[in-house]
Amino acid sequence: MIIDELEKRLRPVEKKLPPYPPKVITLASGEKMVVRQATRDDGPVLLETVRPLIDVERDFYDVVAARVYSELLGWYRYRVADEYCLVGTIDGVIASLVNGRTVNETTGMSYHTITIKRGLRCGAQMFAAKMEYHFEYLKQKEVLIVAESPIGYKRWMIEYQLEARPQVQHELGGVPTHVLTEPLYQAAKPRLVTGQRPVSPQLLATADEFIAPSEYPQIPGFKR
Amino acid sequence: MRNVGIVGIGHIKFGKLEFELVDIMAWTALEAMKDAGIENGIDQVFVSNMGGGIINRQCGIASALVSNLNLEPAMAELVENGPASGSSAVKLGYMAIASGLANVVLVTGGETMRSLNGWQATDFVATLLHPEAEYNYGLTLPAFAGMFTRLYMEKYGLTEQHLAMISVKNHDNAALNPFAHVRLPVTLEAIYGNPDANVINPYMAEPLRIYDMCPVSDGAASLILCNMDIANRFRKKPIRIAGIGQATDTHCVHNRKDPLELTAVKGASEKAYKMAGIGPKEISFAELHDAFSILEVAESEEIGLFERGKAKNAIELGETRVTGRIPINSSGGLKAKGHPVGATGVSQIHELVKQLRREAEPGRQVKEPNYGLAINFGGHAEEN
Repeated sequence: MIIDELEKRLRPVEKKLPPYPPKVITLASGEKMVVRQATRDDGPVLLETVRPLIDVERDFYDVVAARVYSELLGWYRYRVADEYCLVGTIDGVIASLVNGRTVNETTGMSYHTITIKRGLRCGAQMFAAKMEYHFEYLKQKEVLIVAESPIGYKRWMIEYQLEARPQVQHELGGVPTHVLTEPLYQAAKPRLVTGQRPVSPQLLATADEFIAPSEYPQIPGFKR
Repeated sequence: MRNVGIVGIGHIKFGKLEFELVDIMAWTALEAMKDAGIENGIDQVFVSNMGGGIINRQCGIASALVSNLNLEPAMAELVENGPASGSSAVKLGYMAIASGLANVVLVTGGETMRSLNGWQATDFVATLLHPEAEYNYGLTLPAFAGMFTRLYMEKYGLTEQHLAMISVKNHDNAALNPFAHVRLPVTLEAIYGNPDANVINPYMAEPLRIYDMCPVSDGAASLILCNMDIANRFRKKPIRIAGIGQATDTHCVHNRKDPLELTAVKGASEKAYKMAGIGPKEISFAELHDAFSILEVAESEEIGLFERGKAKNAIELGETRVTGRIPINSSGGLKAKGHPVGATGVSQIHELVKQLRREAEPGRQVKEPNYGLAINFGGHAEEN
């Protein structure tokens, strides 16, 4: 009872975030990537998916995966407030995921984008979905963003022409902060944001239960 | 002149490589030497590279490669001729043997470009444009290719769908090529006409989209050339270089009578045909310099494989697929195999040799290959 009471005090106060309606994106390979919002119940499979990448030095997967793991674990175990996670799946298998949180009504905090399936710009589509969530559904005015890898810098800072705001402290700590404002988002949207709604029930059903990848292009020889 | 053959080939997988430029070159050179069955005895080394001085801050690369391979005291020179450096190095290797100066020549091409972002890579390649009349005004190779495509479309009725079909074909071929940078098949439905296509396959230099453009790649490839009179000393049967040609066009594109005519491509191929004593009809397959998909179309017409304006019909009929009448870019082309600029021309010849030896992977081996033709293209067809 005392433990329950303590746990209650440790947990952040959370508000109910508006849902992100699922969408489907046809990738260049012809594969359909379903993007849907994860729930806390999905936590274990998300953690299982990210964990092997913590040992991959190439392209800063180790830094990003370690941080994503910690962020998702914190969310799963009620230690981060107002966090969300969007997941892209192909035939149910997790291809990429993004996460972030809301700071307040007007400001969002982008955490990370991590992609298992490379070469089809899955990560770029997922980052776009994250920004779509902040501006179209959370109705925020700006999102604070940092990049921890050269790929991220090229994808976000350059492609979205983000506004540099180094004087603002991002929760990831120290890395120069950039901001996607609503006007910048609207300008980038036709070029960078896509996806079709509604998703057919059959296709959506494939993403009902996420499947952790059995192979990782980043880890030759890995088999789950 | 003495006849020249190719008796050894080596190639590294194109893509993002975490090794030094000379090391990847040396790796392919050793592969080529192993393929030829030799450990030394190389008289001359030609190295093709475009950006060593700019990207790697390294010069004297040919001597560095010789030293890396313990090939001293072989003669060694670096060949820089823009993205056509590779074929220029092959030509010089041919000349060295044909003239009697050398009996065995190693030709190695290499480039490491992935340390640059896309914009920096585009700027690097644009340094071959006219510095005052073109580069200073912000012109780039994708910009030229975009304008060329628009003009070509208006004159000959080519559509974006035709270009997308080329991309699909070349990605299919690259998916079967272990040396290709991008080994992901793409579908026509996904990159053309789909509601998501404008984002999945966005315009880069309208009307060219991202899937009309080659990736930025690291990579290297090597060849062992020899005097045909001593070819029986090597492990593999030689593939004879029947004809070789080179031509140039005006540095400034605006000085050309018709910007749609790639006269250097035409001139180079005519010289090669004449030397070989054959014509386009004898060509079994071709590796064309498709840094942009439109170039596959235009070059295939300039070298006489199709009448001007008719390549699109061949695309529609699937004639340029590996299973078609005249396969083009069975390697995946620059589009999907990748384009480490200094390595590209050498890599194209590597593919010709592989096909002519009937050593290509299942699914991309050309049927009855007798004559292969490669076009290596520099700038907006200034050098070929």
